[in-house]
Amino acid sequence: MQGEAAGENKQVFGLALAAAAVCLVAAMPLLGGNYAVRVSTTICMFVTMGLSWNFIGGYAGYPSFATAAFFGFGAYAGAILQTRGVPMLAAWVAATVSTALFSCMLGFAILRLRGHYFAVGSFAVLELVKLVASNWAGLTGGGSGLNLPIVPGGPEFAGRVFLYSMLGLAILTFVVAILVDRSRLGFGLRCIRQNESAANMLGVDVDRLKIAAFVLSAMFVGTSGAIYASWVSYIDPTDMFSVLMTIKVPVMVMLGGAGTLFGPIVGVVVFQLLEEKIWSSFLEVHSGVLGLVIVLLVFLLPGGLLRLPARLRLVRGGQAVA
Amino acid sequence: MIDTQVLLNGIVLGALYACIAVGFSLVWGVLNIINLLHGSLIVLGAYLAQMAFTHLGLHPFLSLLPVAAVMFAFGYLLQLLVLNRIIAEQVLVTLVLTFGLDLLLYNAMVLSFTATPRRILLDLGRIEFSDIVLPVDRLAVMLLALLLTGVLYALLRGSRLGRAIVAVRMDRDTATLMGIRVPRVYAITFGIGALMAGAAGSLIAIVFPFSPGLGETLLGKAFVVCVLGGLGTVLGALAGGVALGMIDSVFGIWLGPQNATIIGFAALLLVLLVRPAGLVGRVGYE
Repeated sequence: MQGEAAGENKQVFGLALAAAAVCLVAAMPLLGGNYAVRVSTTICMFVTMGLSWNFIGGYAGYPSFATAAFFGFGAYAGAILQTRGVPMLAAWVAATVSTALFSCMLGFAILRLRGHYFAVGSFAVLELVKLVASNWAGLTGGGSGLNLPIVPGGPEFAGRVFLYSMLGLAILTFVVAILVDRSRLGFGLRCIRQNESAANMLGVDVDRLKIAAFVLSAMFVGTSGAIYASWVSYIDPTDMFSVLMTIKVPVMVMLGGAGTLFGPIVGVVVFQLLEEKIWSSFLEVHSGVLGLVIVLLVFLLPGGLLRLPARLRLVRGGQAVA
Repeated sequence: MIDTQVLLNGIVLGALYACIAVGFSLVWGVLNIINLLHGSLIVLGAYLAQMAFTHLGLHPFLSLLPVAAVMFAFGYLLQLLVLNRIIAEQVLVTLVLTFGLDLLLYNAMVLSFTATPRRILLDLGRIEFSDIVLPVDRLAVMLLALLLTGVLYALLRGSRLGRAIVAVRMDRDTATLMGIRVPRVYAITFGIGALMAGAAGSLIAIVFPFSPGLGETLLGKAFVVCVLGGLGTVLGALAGGVALGMIDSVFGIWLGPQNATIIGFAALLLVLLVRPAGLVGRVGYE
């Protein structure tokens, strides 16, 4: 009982911290310049992606590397609609719906795979969508990409529009994450992570839950892709479907702590600030430093930053680290 | 006789693909690690061969052995010192770690060799037979690729070491009980994977221009070959390699090379869904 109360307290503390972070980001146009606004927008975007990936990769334990596939899919859906005259907001909504449908169909196919095979299958999906986007020139502009209409009102105003759009999306995703975390869905997904066959035997409808988690892991990523496309107003296949992004997102979530409510947020914020502050000064070794961070993360921080206090307590108590 | 030419190109390409993928497949099958480093290891092998050629004047067919030896040592140490510590972790962790190592190696190669494509030009002439043309360097590369793959097959079938590797692949715990030092077998297996990557890289340097960025493409090919043919067996890699070589060659002519790559990945997904053990693999053995 005591542990439960402590857990509740921690959640309340976390929520308060999250609310403070939201206020800080919302006030960013007043506090900082365009650069701070841009960084905040990027952080919100990755928070959305991290929280989304956490549904399938964290709670259900399925190592999905399809994040960039959904990001690019949403970006292209939104961009194609916008270049054909659909208003921006409507294009974002349509991109969300179409990404959800796409991921649902995909889920029926590849969620039957487990472990390494699922990982490879999701990689193959990313590669396939990228190749289709670069080859179907009539629809996607092929390798030369697509230009989107620029938001009127000047760069400063446009920056705010996209900051608040990304922030709103991140909050929406977080609310959904809280609901899932507390619902039967979240419970069922944790069961699947621990032992899928046993969960199935005990009456958990694993197929439906996995598809639900997969769609949740995709739809808001699709939205963020569409918003991103409108934001940068130019997209091409290599940028939108990047292998680097598809691995970066799980890495950020693992940095915070996979399968937890706050882990993705902590991981994304720490990772992005590190990237902005340190790596942008070492452009030559940018990917090398990222590689080093990954290696250190795997060896020094298993379980992520959020598990660090517990692990330190264990060490101080003289027990072996679990 | 365009068709015979296309099939011949497919076989040449297929032999090279088999050689590219066989080490990747072995590591995946025995260690249960998807080694995202494999593509960059191949490119590293290509650079080593190219440097031996320009600086030491060593013919790539000769430098194949020292390059392979260096790569084996590299792979052996990497597995022994780094990867063995997380071998039992879940897929996500091993995959992300090899990706991190790949970024490190890629970055190191860009810094040391720049991103400008290089190539070893041998110009050995070509064989013409009615309408069919076959450059001699490609023929030699194909034969060497098949030879290397064959040697690995013989090693796994016939030697004590090979039997130990296969035993660990089948059942790690029982293998431990039989007195096999599993961590050492892991290190040797990863070393062999790197060795095959290095050898494949030396061969690639002869027939294709390469740069650090080529690693990603090669890794993609290794994935497709592995899944098409079935994991962890040399014959599977050979079957998958020839299948992908044919796909790339036939569809490349018919629909263009980009679309041939799409067909390759679509075939990967299809085989994964319909027959996860691969075309020649046995169910329950993956």
